[in-house]
Amino acid sequence: MTAAGPLLDAHLVVDRGGFLLDLPLTIGPGEVVALLGPNGAGKTTALRALAGLLPLSAGHLTLAGRELDHPGRRTWTPTEHRPIGVVFQEYLLFPHLSALDNVAFGPRRRGLDRQQARQRAADWLGRMGLTEHARRKPRQLSGGQAQRVALARALAVEPALLLLDEPLAALDARTRLDTRAQLHQHLTAHPGATLLVTHDPLDALVLADRLVIIEDGLVVQAGTAATITAQPRTDYVARLVGLNLYRGRASGQRIRLTDGFGLTTGDRHDGEVFVAFPPSAVALHPGQPDGSPRNTWPATITGVQRHGDNLRIQLTGPIEVAADVTPAAAAQLRLAPGQPVWAAVKAAETRAYPAA
Amino acid sequence: MSGVRLRTALAAVTALAVLGLSGCGDDSTGRPAAAGRIDGQLTVLAAASLTESFTRIGQDFETAHPGVRVILTFAGSSALANQINEGAPADVFASAAPANMAAVIEAGNGDGDPVTFARNQLVIAVPEGNPDAVTGLHDLTRLGAKVALCAEQVPCGAVACRALDAAGVALTPVTLERDVKAALAKVRLGEVDAALVYRTDVRAAAEDVDGIEFPESAEAINEYPIVVLKDTANRPTARAFVEYVRSDAGRGVLTAAGFQAP
Amino acid sequence: MALLLPAALGLLFLVLPLVGLLARAPWSTLPQRLTEPAVLTALRLSMQTATLATLLCLALGVPLAWLLARVRFPGRRVVRALVTVPLVLPPVVGGVALLLVFGRRGLVGSWLDATFGITLPFTTTAVVLAEAFVAMPFLIIAVEGALRGADTRYEEAAATLGAGRWTTFTHVTLPLVAPGVAAGAVLCWARALGEFGATITFAGNYPGRTQTMPVAVYLALETDLEAAIVLSLILLTVSVVILASLRDRWTGR
Repeated sequence: MTAAGPLLDAHLVVDRGGFLLDLPLTIGPGEVVALLGPNGAGKTTALRALAGLLPLSAGHLTLAGRELDHPGRRTWTPTEHRPIGVVFQEYLLFPHLSALDNVAFGPRRRGLDRQQARQRAADWLGRMGLTEHARRKPRQLSGGQAQRVALARALAVEPALLLLDEPLAALDARTRLDTRAQLHQHLTAHPGATLLVTHDPLDALVLADRLVIIEDGLVVQAGTAATITAQPRTDYVARLVGLNLYRGRASGQRIRLTDGFGLTTGDRHDGEVFVAFPPSAVALHPGQPDGSPRNTWPATITGVQRHGDNLRIQLTGPIEVAADVTPAAAAQLRLAPGQPVWAAVKAAETRAYPAA
Repeated sequence: MSGVRLRTALAAVTALAVLGLSGCGDDSTGRPAAAGRIDGQLTVLAAASLTESFTRIGQDFETAHPGVRVILTFAGSSALANQINEGAPADVFASAAPANMAAVIEAGNGDGDPVTFARNQLVIAVPEGNPDAVTGLHDLTRLGAKVALCAEQVPCGAVACRALDAAGVALTPVTLERDVKAALAKVRLGEVDAALVYRTDVRAAAEDVDGIEFPESAEAINEYPIVVLKDTANRPTARAFVEYVRSDAGRGVLTAAGFQAP
Repeated sequence: MALLLPAALGLLFLVLPLVGLLARAPWSTLPQRLTEPAVLTALRLSMQTATLATLLCLALGVPLAWLLARVRFPGRRVVRALVTVPLVLPPVVGGVALLLVFGRRGLVGSWLDATFGITLPFTTTAVVLAEAFVAMPFLIIAVEGALRGADTRYEEAAATLGAGRWTTFTHVTLPLVAPGVAAGAVLCWARALGEFGATITFAGNYPGRTQTMPVAVYLALETDLEAAIVLSLILLTVSVVILASLRDRWTGR
């Protein structure tokens, strides 16, 4: 955020009868904020409210000093008069228009004459490396090309707020990698505010300066990628960043979890805490291990999945936990669902942090 | 047209559909009458302008001859002539124009020669009270009135042409209507100031229109011929019906409707 | 297989009457009958009025279809039912209804007459109105169906790019539903071309002004069956040729 204050200053409250979105949101110029959450958390509702496709029930929405939506003051600006650009999940390029005319559509609507609008569209397509595809219809474009045309179309109106709805979800894994890198360049260059709606943590970590995570319409965690990955505060966020996460009451290095199980950590705290450790910190043994001070407990294997080069083992027992082991170790231990094992975690590999 | 029925197996079913006539088949009650006896079922095809008078005559005939059932079908004379020539089973044909009768006779579908049983005179139909004070055909051009005529292809149009020629009036109508009732309807709706129609039609619509008689109408008299059809299954009754139409009783009904004696 | 027999019967049922017309056509006198000025006049008038009626239906029917497909308002079901009234109303009744509204003494017609000195009945305009009245539902139903099938998210995308309702409609919605509009226009034109009942009732019959082909056919039937058949064949040929070519070109199928 710059000294000039946020470009977007909003408190989005949308009541859809049974579902309530309540999301304070500020984004500075040039800043990219990722809005993450599970399906049904309210991500799309927030995006539609910002775009003016859905009115606020309460709260306010101010963009670049203009109050666009404020139910309390009966202020409302329809979508077409908002300084925004949207990249939709399935791009929604107009099928009857060429790539060039798709990109020129916005500038034309915002007062440029046909010639100027086409010139600007050509510039943007050039920046996206799509000059030779300008005459093509959307159905003649590959997924990655269509994504870039959609981005060019949204940016060509020079929006104060760029909204991206799962911009990479429609692409296959290979294309996604390339496109993500290019998208990163363009978002960095965009002087306005950017809100990226996604459920893919990698998109969020690579593209965003800051993350806002919502569940059931409410913010559960917000901050930089570093703080959130280090200290997840909900099961969803923990799964997102790949950590085992528990909540309990600490007294010194000893933490009693909500269901009575005890863990020892390297950090010292008193009171309500979260304790987290990566699956790679969990070691599995055929019998009860002895030796150095560590947390050990008996568990039963409930699932085995590939995870990168390793295997991720899901365990049940006094606590639910995920463990990563090498295939060699798994073969040696003859790991299979239903098999009892002992789990061990070194205190030094766990992290505890206050829950309040 | 309730109660009007037509036997099935009309060869001209498609023609009927095109012309939008109503007509349903029912031959279950048809039974041939014993020779010489006036009895059984009689199908009469009659011109539309005869609707009111022939409905009455049919009832009277049934009363005079218990055991007889008269089934009446009314339509344009040309449509009826087409149906007869395409093989529609019927016993009597009453036409509003000699031309349509001639078509039936030429096709060899008549049983004996047709006879004229009534004449219908053309009059100028004007809105009730005659607001434009029309007294004759010449007024129609002089006043710049909107006039509806029947199309030349239908009898009332043909006789209208004869009358206008006889009067030496060059009239440009706004429309050439498909039949006399349609021409009259345009007067009743106020869309035209006058129409040339039959006296019987004006009589039937006396509450809405007045009929102005004009001297040239002597040239514009339409004759109504009637004939027994060759393929009748009930010749004695058919002949008796034709006689009844021409009797004093039948003539009385026709005169009341505005027809003139032949 | 179970569908083939009724399908064949259905086709036969539709085609046989045409065969009947062809069988009775007076082929020997066809050339001179075809070139009669009265025939050509009626044909030209029919094509012109059907085209004008279709344009009128497009101008009024497409926005109405949009209203029915896109805007929620109380009584929408009633409006939708009203729109289809001309489909079930006997065209002759439609013609009388038009007279009662646009006639010289009609609700609107009397005002037109008093204010502008315009009377509609017995004019070519009346033919166009009668044809449009009867044919408009075909267009509306086709376009509304196309609009309901279209993806409204494109319209949202247009709005985010600064397009208002009208621009969105003309630049995005209409191109998206163009095949539906074209199919509706073709149906509408065909229905207008064949219109008889409302036309003869509202517009009357006068050669060159209000005598369209179907009216000419009807009157020819009074005196000359063969002439009626010839006129019908001309109408048939022209419409089949035009419909076949337009369908392929517009709907891209």
